[in-house]
Amino acid sequence: MQIELRDHTSLLRAGMAPIAAVFATLVICSALILWADVPVLEAYALLFKGAFGSSFALKETFTRSIPLMLTGLAVAVAFRSKFYNIGAEGQLYAGALASVYFGTGLIDLPVFIMVPFLLLVGALAGGALLLVPVLLKTKLKVDEVVTTLLLNFVMLLMVSYLIEGPWRDPMAMGWPQTASIVDNGVLPALLTKGRLHAGLIVALLAAVLVWAVMRFTVLGYEIKAVGFNAKAAEFSGINVNKTVVYTALISGGLAGIAGVSEVAGLKGYLTLDLSPGFGYTGVAVAMLARLHPLSVVPAALFLSSIYVGADSMSRAVNIPTYIADVLVGVSVLAILVCVMLTQYKIRFRQ
Amino acid sequence: MSELIDILLTTGFWAATIRIVSPLIFGTLGELICERAGVLNLGIEGIMTVGAMSGWMWVYQGGDLWGGVLFAASMGALFGLLHATFTVHLCLSQHVTGIGITLFASSLSYFVYRMLLPSATTPPKIEPFQNYPIPLLSDIPMVGEALFNQSPLTYLALLCVPIVWYMLHRTPIGLAVRMAGENPVAVEAQGINVLAVRTGAVMVGSALMAVGGAFITMSWFDAFYFGMVNGRGWICVALVIFASWKPGKALLGALLFAGLEAMQVRAQLSSGTVIPYQFFLMLPYVMSILAMIVMARKAKYPQALLVPFRRGERV
Repeated sequence: MQIELRDHTSLLRAGMAPIAAVFATLVICSALILWADVPVLEAYALLFKGAFGSSFALKETFTRSIPLMLTGLAVAVAFRSKFYNIGAEGQLYAGALASVYFGTGLIDLPVFIMVPFLLLVGALAGGALLLVPVLLKTKLKVDEVVTTLLLNFVMLLMVSYLIEGPWRDPMAMGWPQTASIVDNGVLPALLTKGRLHAGLIVALLAAVLVWAVMRFTVLGYEIKAVGFNAKAAEFSGINVNKTVVYTALISGGLAGIAGVSEVAGLKGYLTLDLSPGFGYTGVAVAMLARLHPLSVVPAALFLSSIYVGADSMSRAVNIPTYIADVLVGVSVLAILVCVMLTQYKIRFRQ
Repeated sequence: MSELIDILLTTGFWAATIRIVSPLIFGTLGELICERAGVLNLGIEGIMTVGAMSGWMWVYQGGDLWGGVLFAASMGALFGLLHATFTVHLCLSQHVTGIGITLFASSLSYFVYRMLLPSATTPPKIEPFQNYPIPLLSDIPMVGEALFNQSPLTYLALLCVPIVWYMLHRTPIGLAVRMAGENPVAVEAQGINVLAVRTGAVMVGSALMAVGGAFITMSWFDAFYFGMVNGRGWICVALVIFASWKPGKALLGALLFAGLEAMQVRAQLSSGTVIPYQFFLMLPYVMSILAMIVMARKAKYPQALLVPFRRGERV
């Protein structure tokens, strides 16, 4: 078996890669659905209906896609410069902690200042948390994958301590949760019914902004250059370490904003189950989007539809909800192969 | 402080340390073998979960304990093969493949568990490995109780350290594995198939990781819980760096961490509510990061780690 670089990658083939990956994922996971003794097409139809079939389902899918867009963007930016930030989960909680610290009564500003302020402190907290691994990488060459992963566990324990200890809401009847965000800090609802909130606008704006930065600014060019070939970038005069630090700050900041949006937009307060692994799913979102900021939006919507749809599917037929996580995991592996096939061809020798 | 010394003097502490160290030894040795061959295996967290689930499930479905260990190992090897196909043969990103395998392997374990036990609210239990006191040796005070009155899987873990060392450093196969991680072109020049060596190393390493996971459900505890591996895989990856890719040092590092974990459980009890328990639980993760910082300057990475090998391509 031999792998050969293609002379050029046609745009059509490149665009087809995510679609092929999604299709392959659905086909591979149909084996599990068959095992559960459910007709495959019926199961996927139920999943689709659960995600898009009613206005309630649609709203849920969009609501669930907000944190995935933001963590997906966080991962996409970092991976672009080959900085493997797998710590979006921890940075999300850092952002959530910051929003709770400032948003539960410490200060109270008019809503049009308070909401941006909370988003800002959340972004700063997320960026600050990622500063530890990034400095360890640039100064000491400590692998960032392991440090960012380990910090996720540290952050979860920190949240657990704070909501059981000093930050516990005394009015919560003993439940481990913080006090609620003040009214002026709450992200306004977008529709009169349902849980969809202004976080969606924040996430979409973030996607456009990140795209613009990557496309039109020097920093964006440098990020891509470092990702392509750090040595060549260094030779051409780019300060690689500085670029990686900036990348990390943007990446951590985006994940931090995801935490603020979940607390101030959806839950209202912080609990330990704020994120069912949004940070890790962000890796899948970014990969499916081929690390392109604008493609993160449909990729996040797709994966959130899988989660929302799988919930309602497993209520209708006897398939464990973990099928959604399996689909996400398989999609990461499938997109890797599909993208490779756009750039390389495999030739089997006789 | 005197409380800590009191803890150090109890046999229970040392027995617990040796027990807790077993999954770390399996995981660290497994990761070490993969990395020595030039492949960073970040699927470890998921592969340990697969081992924990499949070994336990084998016994729960009526199989015997050693059959379960073997089953877990072969499941691990299977995921290792998947990893190697992606990273070694298709030359895909080792980082992303590893994370993908972890996501896939752990969610698949939970899915299979729920499929086979749809209505279990409290996790059902199996009859786990019993401690097997080694005659005579276990009669030695303190040392005997701590070291020679353990589960057979723990003995296996401790035995694996010299075996892996011998295989890596004293046999032609081990030489080929280490060369594949340092200078794959030279291996190819010897007429040895680099891709086959790397694939084999990743499969063997992954099998060891899975046995480490199986230890958790089949010897340490007797049931399978969600989130049971709880970052132990990532700690193993840090330990490999801490051990500078040497099996003997890996044992030392693993012992240090296991001692810390055994210590924190006991310190939690004696400290009462002065220090919140979450800070004790943070220790292994924080220590892992510190260990990587300490070793960072001295770390001698295998030269071809993360570098895919394409046959016939000019370097």
